[in-house]
Amino acid sequence: MREAIRRWLATLGGSPALPLTLDRRRIFVLPTGPGLAFGCALLAMLLTAINYTLSLGFALVFMLAGLGQVALLHAFRNLYALKLRETMPEPVFAGQHASFPLWLDNDASRPRPALQLTMAGADPVTIDLAPQQSRAVMLRVPTTRRGWLSPARVTLDTRYPLGLIRAWSYAKPAQRCLVLPQPESGRPPLPATAAGEAGVRPRGEGSEEFASLRDHRAADSPRHVAWKTSARTPDAPLLTKQFEGSDGGDLWLDLAQLPATLSLEQQLSRLTGWVIDADAAGLHYGLALPGTRIAPASGPAHRARVLRALALHGLPA
Amino acid sequence: MKWRRTTAPRVAAEPLDQSRIAWLMAVAACALVPHGSHLPGWLIAVAALLFTWRVAQWKLGWPGASGLVKLLVVIACCAGVSLTFGRLFGREPGVALLTLMLVLKLHELRSTRDGHTVVLLGYFMLLTAFLYSQTPAMAATLGVSMTVITAALIALTGPPAAPRALLRHAVWLLAQALPFMLVLFVLFPRVPGPLWGLPLDAWSGTSGLSDSMSPGSISQLSLSGAIAFRARFEGDAPPARDLYWRGPVLSAFDGRTWRQGSSAQRIGDGVPHPVPGRALAYEVTLEPHNRNWLFALETVSTLPADVRVSDDWQLLGRDGVRTRRRDRFESVLGARPGIEEWSGHLDAARQLPRDGNPRARQLAQTLRAASPADTVEAGLRLFRREAFVYTLTPPLLGEDGIDAFLFDTRRGFCEHYAGAFVFLMRAAGLPARVVTGYQGGERNEVDDYVVVRQSDAHAWAEVWLEGEGWRRVDPTAAILPSRIERGLADLPAGEPVPFVARVDLGWLRSLRHQWEAANNAWNQWVLSYDQQKQRELLSRLGMSQPDWRLMTIWLASLCALFAIALTLWAMRRSGSADALARAWSGVDRALRPAGLGRETWEGPLDYAARIGRLRPDLAPVLSQACRLYADARYGAAPPAAATRELKACARALRRQRTPPHQ
Repeated sequence: MREAIRRWLATLGGSPALPLTLDRRRIFVLPTGPGLAFGCALLAMLLTAINYTLSLGFALVFMLAGLGQVALLHAFRNLYALKLRETMPEPVFAGQHASFPLWLDNDASRPRPALQLTMAGADPVTIDLAPQQSRAVMLRVPTTRRGWLSPARVTLDTRYPLGLIRAWSYAKPAQRCLVLPQPESGRPPLPATAAGEAGVRPRGEGSEEFASLRDHRAADSPRHVAWKTSARTPDAPLLTKQFEGSDGGDLWLDLAQLPATLSLEQQLSRLTGWVIDADAAGLHYGLALPGTRIAPASGPAHRARVLRALALHGLPA
Repeated sequence: MKWRRTTAPRVAAEPLDQSRIAWLMAVAACALVPHGSHLPGWLIAVAALLFTWRVAQWKLGWPGASGLVKLLVVIACCAGVSLTFGRLFGREPGVALLTLMLVLKLHELRSTRDGHTVVLLGYFMLLTAFLYSQTPAMAATLGVSMTVITAALIALTGPPAAPRALLRHAVWLLAQALPFMLVLFVLFPRVPGPLWGLPLDAWSGTSGLSDSMSPGSISQLSLSGAIAFRARFEGDAPPARDLYWRGPVLSAFDGRTWRQGSSAQRIGDGVPHPVPGRALAYEVTLEPHNRNWLFALETVSTLPADVRVSDDWQLLGRDGVRTRRRDRFESVLGARPGIEEWSGHLDAARQLPRDGNPRARQLAQTLRAASPADTVEAGLRLFRREAFVYTLTPPLLGEDGIDAFLFDTRRGFCEHYAGAFVFLMRAAGLPARVVTGYQGGERNEVDDYVVVRQSDAHAWAEVWLEGEGWRRVDPTAAILPSRIERGLADLPAGEPVPFVARVDLGWLRSLRHQWEAANNAWNQWVLSYDQQKQRELLSRLGMSQPDWRLMTIWLASLCALFAIALTLWAMRRSGSADALARAWSGVDRALRPAGLGRETWEGPLDYAARIGRLRPDLAPVLSQACRLYADARYGAAPPAAATRELKACARALRRQRTPPHQ
């Protein structure tokens, strides 16, 4: 019943798609629990004032009733003309929290304190906006499965200033967060052997074999820095160890090569872990999935592409 | 990670931080201080102790009260309350228990919900403070308290802020609530209370005339400058010497004390018989004195419906006057009621104790004259001829007080003269009785009310004469006519004149008049704003036949009007940045009709460049406008000046937008 009313309320005031400016049709107001208690107390006070003919008692009760009315307007005003927009969330691994960024833009010259954003599954976030301030709010939602994760409807509400009235509005973000497979923990090391071994077909020489030293570049992984060499000659620039595999050898991560005893999710999980390892090792690696082949390469863009393919494997894009 | 329901998060369960706890303690202090004057001492001590303990816990990190301690305190205090007041319910015990609840609640502030409880209790305590005092000073005090409590409510909800900012915010909110309060106060249909039986202790501690008179009782009262009632005449007020406000009539004498007799008990409907003559209409606003008699000028001819009159023409309300009440009377001055008096009352008015005061009885025989009227005249002549002194500090009289007064001390106040005169008349065989009440009154030029104080308390005599009725005889007027003309101010030199009655302090007197007029306006329009006053005001405002339906309609309409006005205010656009944006869109609006509007994706400088190519004639003004906006929006230029100049640019562009004819 409550949910039905909530859904009906959400249909009022037009589509809650972002970006959104909260206008009067989108903002709902109702008394809170303390607000209802306040009303009951006022009634009791009114009866006392009538019974004892307390003129100033009447004045007090009426003043507080007016205060309730003012609280309603101010709660409404705290949301009125507030702008909401969204930006795309960063991909996360399953098991981590997906963070959905929502931006609140306060164009007004007054502050908007105590704004609360709530989303099913997310911890509520309370923020205060200074005059003409824009702030991003991260709604963090735990993830369990790989694939796209769409946030639920967001409720923006405020009880400011008196806590007697709650004004709220709904927004439906169009965001989706890419949830990557969870990297397998305790996974076997990156296969370093010749073609034919499980899942890995290295091209060229063994990737672990040290080949030469060259000047350090900012993008090089710290684990490839020749620390010992550098320590001997502290004035010389840092040097990076070059491995055979990182130059010429291509690593193929192939789903079909993994043991069939693993479920698909476990296989994807292992491959994800290997992608992280291969990327950290600065290897050239490619991905082979049924129906998808990504040629070997390296770098953050490639890593993102490969992980995305793993995340969406077998799911609708 | 728990998945929560989609409902709003439970704010109420949030723990309270230190600054909010401090605010709640301020709430308790503000709510309790106005009650300090009437709560029993032990309860104040307990409350102060518990409060100090809580402050120590907050500031010094003392351990808080355990559940057992709190339980013991509750039990002990309930016992104390029922011992002090004799019960646990009613007004006084109720306030005492509320006090206790509020202080104990400070010891269990765990969540915002507890904070809200403290705030609501605080508001309720403010209301109960009005049970004891409704003076303007009290109203101002409680206004401050209400502001503090409201600021605490804001602190419970909003982000941490400086106390000053919170208080200012509370004042701002209350200022907006004020119109609602005024409309509701004026238009909310007033129900005459009480709705249910009031507890016995609802009223206490008021002063005024009593139903008996012994030497010293009225002179004691005369020292008080407290206001007994106020009257406003429809038309001019009669001179002070004609203003005899009739109160309790005392016709039974036991040798020392005069008391009400049987005639005071027999109550008929309406006035006992019509009083001929020109009636004078006036309204009396009586201060509460907790007795059921009312005061009107002699002799009353028209009564309000709920006022009755006894056989001796004493006005009686249904209950004791416990709140200020207002009645409209008509009186005929100088009328002599009771031509056909019942013989039982006349007999009672001749009664004297069997013995005592022998010299006075003897004197009375010498006063007997041919006609009763001459006897009265002889009695008055006695007081005029002999050296009687009118004084507020008469010597004490022992046995046979009337003898001692008439023959030895000859110093007395009005009750001595009235008592002695009535005694003499009775001893001479005439029916006579003592009438107490107030004489005179002071006209306040500021608001035109006649103010009658306790210092105007007076006693005079009434003698029944065949064919004439009860004639008022004021022996005091024979001793000291100025007492009747001008009040106590003209007491002989050296007498301790009541402070309020002194005339020599002219400026003080006028200051007092101003102050009392303000007080009276407060009483009349704020404290005594009841059904009658409400109708009166609404009729004066042009509402014909104001009944509760009409009032409700007006009430709802006016409240809605204020709510709409406030909503419009809440929805208006504001702020300097907004003004800049508005001025900027003004530029766009100026050019849009000519098809030269800005595309949504276009920045100001691109826009200026594009239009400059299309319409070189507009380029100088437009590029200036675009630069102004860009500098103000993205640079360091002050937006206010840019807004002004942008508006000028928009006006110029509107003039120029039509292409010049070739």
